[in-house]
Amino acid sequence: MNRLGELERAIMEVLWVSGDPMTVRQVGGALTDRDLAHTTVMTVLDRLAKKGFVKRQRVGRAWRYRPAESREAYVAELMLTALDQTGDRQAALTRFARSVSGAEADALRAALEALGGADRG
Amino acid sequence: MPATVVLLGALAVACVPAAQLLAGAAWPRRCPIAGIALWQALGLGWGLAAVGALAAFGRSGPIATGGTIGRWGVVAVLRLLSLTASIALLTLLCWILLAAIAAVLKARHRQRDLLGLLAHADPKVPGALVVDYPAAAAYCVPGLRSAIVVSAGALDLLDNDELAAVLAHERAHLRARHDLVLLPFTALLRAFRWSATARAANAEVALLVEMLADDRARRRRPARELATALLRVGVSGGGQAPVGALAATGAALDGELAARVARLLRPPPGLPFTAIVAVGVLTALLVVTPATAWLLPF
Repeated sequence: MNRLGELERAIMEVLWVSGDPMTVRQVGGALTDRDLAHTTVMTVLDRLAKKGFVKRQRVGRAWRYRPAESREAYVAELMLTALDQTGDRQAALTRFARSVSGAEADALRAALEALGGADRG
Repeated sequence: MPATVVLLGALAVACVPAAQLLAGAAWPRRCPIAGIALWQALGLGWGLAAVGALAAFGRSGPIATGGTIGRWGVVAVLRLLSLTASIALLTLLCWILLAAIAAVLKARHRQRDLLGLLAHADPKVPGALVVDYPAAAAYCVPGLRSAIVVSAGALDLLDNDELAAVLAHERAHLRARHDLVLLPFTALLRAFRWSATARAANAEVALLVEMLADDRARRRRPARELATALLRVGVSGGGQAPVGALAATGAALDGELAARVARLLRPPPGLPFTAIVAVGVLTALLVVTPATAWLLPF
């Protein structure tokens, strides 16, 4: 991953961990080990805001940033889009196997047990 | 009416029952690549023949003008309508392809953005991205910057050999750009959602592409590892019935997984050479015939 992508990720982590909206200075302060310039943090936050991952609001004289969605919500979006690839949408991503239910699942479970038994035997 | 119109018209009409026949045939599973080639030729041949037949009829004589009346006047109006319909159909087919490409690129872009923020590497699946999600899932994001994604649930569920088989399967998809095979068929389905033939074609090509990737993976990993991985992921949903879009297509999909597993454990004999040649000739004819008719003077 490139440096910018890695910074975006680190800054999102900071915002997700903090429950409250943060200023550029506060975000930079939480990443002291990286020794980032103020403008760098601002640029990355700006990029994240443009992509819609971060929302900003003016509080007093400073802009404060917060995640647009929780980490869990983004994970859910990522996986649900992938698992929902059927019919006219399946060209975007290719899924390994769909999960099945009912009698078919029982039949597959029986097949798996037969194979598993042979493995251990 | 010129022979070209009759030939192209008959070909376009015949493509529909031919597609239904091919969707029900068992032989493509013995040689997925031949089956996919025939599906592509059938789709392309249908488009060329349908547009070509309408255009050929439209250009087979004078089209409607103000002065003509009577029997020939009606035919001239029909020619004008036919010519318009051919342009409309050609525009529609090009448009749906472009729209499908745009939708696919947008979805992948979003996936890459989210993966950049959320996914991490794991030594158990070298080269793949792991997302902390409890359900077992694996998929690939094709494209120039491709990625294989495995959920934390799949890492827990599968052993290292099975994970290697999953990666081999997904890499086969990415390397052969199977997504480009699927794209025209999903585009067709977007335009003709009501058509059972379009649905059957899409589902069958998707299954053949999976089988093709299974075959490639089997060259590198034992078939049994891939089969148990498929089974484990397939039944990992527990009793939870899939909801929404998945439930709508549930019945048809159930059989596909079983078919893939059965094929891995008991590989069917390959097609005889003569059959492959016959499919190859048919594939070529389906495209060359309407393409030649397009080029002939009307």
